Amino acid sequence: MIVLSINGQDTQVDVPEDMPLLWVLRDVLGLNGTKFGCGMAQCGACTVHLDGQAVRSCVLPVTGAVGKKITTIEGLNATDLGKRVQQAWLGIEVAQCGYCQTGQIMSAAALLAAKPTPTDADIDAAMSGNICRCGTYVRIRAAIKQAATGQLTLPQTIA
Amino acid sequence: MTLRVDNQLELPNPQRRELIKRGGLVVAFMWLGGASRVWGYTQGARLDADHPQFAPNAFVRVNTDGSVQLVMPCIEMGQGAYTGQATLLAEELDVGLDQITVEHAPPNRKLYSNPLLGDQATGGSTTIRFCWTTLRDAGAAARAMLVTAAAQRWKVDPSQCTAARGVVTHTASGRTLRYGELANEAAKVTPPAKPTLKDPKDFQLIGKPLRRVDTPAKVDGTLPFGIDIRVPGMKVATVQACPTFGGTLASVDETRALAIPGVLKVVKLDNAVAVIGEHFWAAKKGLEALTIHWNKGAGAGYSTEQLYKDLADASEHGTPIMGREVGQVDKVQGKLISATYQLPLLAHATMEPINTTVHVRPDGCDIWVGTQVPARCVDVAMKVTGLPAESIQVHNQYMGGGFGRRLFEDSVGQAVAVARAVDYPVKIIWTREEDITQDRYRPAYYDRISATLDDKGHPIAWTDRTTGPSILATFAPGAMGKNGLDSDLVECAAELPYQIPNMRVDWVRHDMPNGIPIGWWRGVGPTHNVFVVESFVDELAHAAGKDPMAYRREILADNPRAKAVLELAAEKSGWGRESVPARHGRGIALAAPFGSYLCVITDVEVSPQGEVILKRAVAVVDCGTVINPNTVVAQIEGGVIFGWSGAMYSGITLKDGAVVQRNFNDYRVLRLNQTPPIEVYLMPSKETPGGIGETGTVMAMPSLANAIFAATGVRLRSLPIDRSALVQDKNALKSVLSAANPASSTPDGVAGQTGIFT
Amino acid sequence: MKIGRIIGTIVGVVVLIAIVFTAYALITVTHGGNEQATQPVGAGVPVDLPTTMARGEYLTRAADCEACHTAPGGQPFAGGVAFKLPFGTIYSSNITADKETGIGDWTDDEFVRALHAGVDNKGQPLYPAFPYTSYTALSRDDIVAIRTYLASLPAVHAPARPNELSFPFNQRWTLSLWNAAFLKKERFQPEQGKTEAFNRGAYLATALGHCGECHTPRNHGFAMKSGKALAGAELEGWRAYNITSDKEHGIGAWSDQELIDYFSKGHAAGRGTASGPMGEVVGYSLQYLTPSDLASLVAYLREVKPQQGSAAPAAAAAAPTATTASASPGEQLFVGACAGCHLESGQGRQTNYAMLTGLRSVRDPHATNLTQIILNGSSLHVGGQEVFMPSFGRAYSDAEIAALSNYVVSHFGGQQGTLSAEDVAKRR
Ligand code: FES
Ligand code: FES
Repeated sequence: MIVLSINGQDTQVDVPEDMPLLWVLRDVLGLNGTKFGCGMAQCGACTVHLDGQAVRSCVLPVTGAVGKKITTIEGLNATDLGKRVQQAWLGIEVAQCGYCQTGQIMSAAALLAAKPTPTDADIDAAMSGNICRCGTYVRIRAAIKQAATGQLTLPQTIA
Repeated sequence: MTLRVDNQLELPNPQRRELIKRGGLVVAFMWLGGASRVWGYTQGARLDADHPQFAPNAFVRVNTDGSVQLVMPCIEMGQGAYTGQATLLAEELDVGLDQITVEHAPPNRKLYSNPLLGDQATGGSTTIRFCWTTLRDAGAAARAMLVTAAAQRWKVDPSQCTAARGVVTHTASGRTLRYGELANEAAKVTPPAKPTLKDPKDFQLIGKPLRRVDTPAKVDGTLPFGIDIRVPGMKVATVQACPTFGGTLASVDETRALAIPGVLKVVKLDNAVAVIGEHFWAAKKGLEALTIHWNKGAGAGYSTEQLYKDLADASEHGTPIMGREVGQVDKVQGKLISATYQLPLLAHATMEPINTTVHVRPDGCDIWVGTQVPARCVDVAMKVTGLPAESIQVHNQYMGGGFGRRLFEDSVGQAVAVARAVDYPVKIIWTREEDITQDRYRPAYYDRISATLDDKGHPIAWTDRTTGPSILATFAPGAMGKNGLDSDLVECAAELPYQIPNMRVDWVRHDMPNGIPIGWWRGVGPTHNVFVVESFVDELAHAAGKDPMAYRREILADNPRAKAVLELAAEKSGWGRESVPARHGRGIALAAPFGSYLCVITDVEVSPQGEVILKRAVAVVDCGTVINPNTVVAQIEGGVIFGWSGAMYSGITLKDGAVVQRNFNDYRVLRLNQTPPIEVYLMPSKETPGGIGETGTVMAMPSLANAIFAATGVRLRSLPIDRSALVQDKNALKSVLSAANPASSTPDGVAGQTGIFT
Repeated sequence: MKIGRIIGTIVGVVVLIAIVFTAYALITVTHGGNEQATQPVGAGVPVDLPTTMARGEYLTRAADCEACHTAPGGQPFAGGVAFKLPFGTIYSSNITADKETGIGDWTDDEFVRALHAGVDNKGQPLYPAFPYTSYTALSRDDIVAIRTYLASLPAVHAPARPNELSFPFNQRWTLSLWNAAFLKKERFQPEQGKTEAFNRGAYLATALGHCGECHTPRNHGFAMKSGKALAGAELEGWRAYNITSDKEHGIGAWSDQELIDYFSKGHAAGRGTASGPMGEVVGYSLQYLTPSDLASLVAYLREVKPQQGSAAPAAAAAAPTATTASASPGEQLFVGACAGCHLESGQGRQTNYAMLTGLRSVRDPHATNLTQIILNGSSLHVGGQEVFMPSFGRAYSDAEIAALSNYVVSHFGGQQGTLSAEDVAKRR
């Protein structure tokens, strides 16, 4: 039995030690907000927080998460920052197909937790590991800035 | 707002619709209001007795509790289709987008076929064009019936009543009734023969940047995509098909796989092996542990080089099919410019890898999948299981990107075949490697194009011969043109925004050999044709010694919409007003794909080592009446990025008959730090809406190639960009690439094109 | 005329010597050296050999036969692995028990002779890509045990792929000259006065593990430089590091545990991760060594004469440099494609194997191994898991890989990266 702390709750799972956290979350625990995109840390769709740091759960063996605090998109709104990021994402209407967006939001939240007012270079560095095939990058940048400053970066005529 | 994901309603036998006859435009589509109304839902007779509904047509359902459901004929894959469709319905129904829920339409060709595609399908940037009248009519009919019901209750004339936000008001008395209260009576009202549509000046929703209906659940992770389906008793599988197309499975040793904890079963198909496990990880490890032998098939030795050779051969010696001929090209005298262009196979690489969940029982089959073609999924399941259509349920799901990939049901057929081997439900997920190596690729093309210039350098004759396969011929052979023409092949090549008196545009059909699977890719025919045409127009400008913008102005036909987007793009980009440093360049693309008019201008910088750095894009769009400006802008941004990504890096190559690229490490896509600002300007317009989802992609490729030419003087006639061709000189390759400074050149003292564009 | 006669005489003497030498070489080529009747101290298998493992299997692993005789995706020991050498490509042979294409027809003596003298069952010289120069030190008993184990495995029919060598390297007989000059057909002799562990370690490192084949620089005749044992060398585009006991240039500063971690898991935190050819050595061979053998190997390496140079320079305390306002192209590539595993800090939290800080490969200004790994990826099979990194060579340009390597070397290694696009092109 492996004990994981996920979104503030201790959870027991009986899985092989080398099973990536991604599949434990998705296929064992039914936490489907964390997505599978590439399985080799190239796309960021599977991003979760491990002790607050953004990591790719598709290449993280479950044993590597033992004793650490795991936060998934399902638990992100437990913090004000998490809510703020999600709000900014909606305000700017970042999502298209939305598949990559939970990973994007997790990366963005980790960035803002570490650097509350990130520079453009900070945003580039933190977000370039997350691929979006729909091409929402321009809005991701804007949403992060909005979440950081509380200032609208796009005309917000959205009713 | 809630989103219902699974469609609980079961329709009667989905109607089989005979294949469209020709052109994809004449189809068994019926208008769904008025006398020919189809009582799809009420006749389904599975209504919950406690919730009587008013279902005036296949798209609208008003429940007595006041809730309103809109059924979407076109599916959502990120392009904002649900919001757009809901806006059209809600506008005429007079409800707010916050008052509705949206649902996927179940497979039913009779009710939900898209006449522009000739099937129940979403693609080709047709959603708004298809729904523009259909859904407004549906909404208006429902509204008229609700208002009539209220008027009858109050015993007043319907014309004295108004409706807003789901409430009917009798203007004189101020009495109100909510739609829910009227549902039962409205169901008895005779539908209007021809519902009256709103005057555009009264639009409350259309044209406003409304919030999307699907995004709240996309930012908190609760929105389930196909890959997120979990049904009781379900197991998870992953699959490997023969890496060489057309090959088959010879043998497989499963001993090692079955020894892995969690592996349940190995399923052998004709050309693939699947491993079912308790979870994906077990299935994947199981698959890796198999020893598989393939009969590689006839294509085992095939390569990309051979593919291009074959295409070039066909272009020379094949029999062309005429796309469009005007004037007499052969009689024209002048300076002849000609060029050859070549475009690669491309994979879709949707963010959500291909997946399907299937439960096959002796008496039925349930399929949960995100698909652009729900009715085709029923067809393929019938074929594989032998079950009748009414026993097959397709539960359509949200898609993590489509881009044309999910217009093909190959993976669904495979999944049903796997699921048939077991009695429990199984979710088949392709690895990214499988997703890229078993795609339905955008075909490779080979084009020979030429123009004869007069003494002003203007084209007076133009020939364009495309060589490549027809996707339509595999998708819907009955829809091919009379002379065998697939209009997709000449779309945006046959009709140009320019004034050219003599033209011949034809196509040599050369199907991809050895079973290379092909499919439509974002931008379909225009992505290919506009790249060739707009690159070549730039070549002509260069040959005429003219600035590309000025040249386009000169040769533009009398085409006010094209002219307007060109001029605004010139203004917004600062064309000709700013000096452009060395190895920086700015490129135009102008075209009218999918019924919209666009001009996109890309700015780049090319490092001495040949690396292309994107700097900025300006996109001016006239897509007719805008339903949701926010969505249009998002689609242009995303489409441009998709196109740049394709032009910069994508390209599927074959070696020994198999696809070489496997994952994002070698099928590379643009990342956030490579993406520059993209400015999008929408032209105000009252025209009928044009398509938008694919237009940005179409425009991005040629504007990028033209910008690179401006920066380096190197004309790229094949994609993806060959960066080694852009190297400034040999010494640039010898210089140590500093880790600290950008590789980009400094403007001073470097040879290259400088100065002001005029 | 005098001069002419002297020259004539010299030429004559040289020719005569050459003829005599060639005759000697041809006659002695199949001679395996003096066989010993008894196992020398240090040979054989360790006392803590698990009961589940056959003696021959353990020795086969320790001798790392599988890595070179198993093509990617191919059957174990069926051969076909390409060795790209400066003068052409050699393919390894099928050593399964298949009678026709493998070694099923060989006698034990022929097999022993192959390892001791470097000739096949017909007496034809083998190319020294097959490390008989090291295996010659193996005891006869051990070789026979290996042979017995190989014969117990499934026979695979896999005809040999012909070598692609240029003249004169395609003339096998010339190898007998090489052997006569460079091959010392001597069995392992334990060093008197050294511990048992040292001697066992020596046998593991020199005879079985043939570490020197990669790690010892070669002379102009392409033979190992005896005075420079394990001082580091470059082979097939990879740098085999200095693994002498030198504290700065070698592994003298590594703790015992670090060395053992590296051998058994392919990774020692802050020291290195086995990739490329070394990854194969760990995957096929070292991870199977028993604890006592690991300790012996360490004991031996501790006493290898320290050598300088020819390796990554000393570690400058490599604190990642601060991020500048606008990221360099190398950094941009890193944060996009690499940081997902390695993290921006290089700490590789996802998996320890992804840790970059402290590695010799990132302290090498030429980034030899680093570019190899970026270009071709890396895959390490250890403890039943696969630790892997995808290849980026196909989709990333020479200039990009140069910029990326230089960034990694400067950012995580504290060195000045010196690669150009041209350098990378040569390594493809
Ligand atoms: S799935 Fe983990 S990074 Fe792509
Ligand atoms: S929103 Fe579709 S992949 Fe990012």
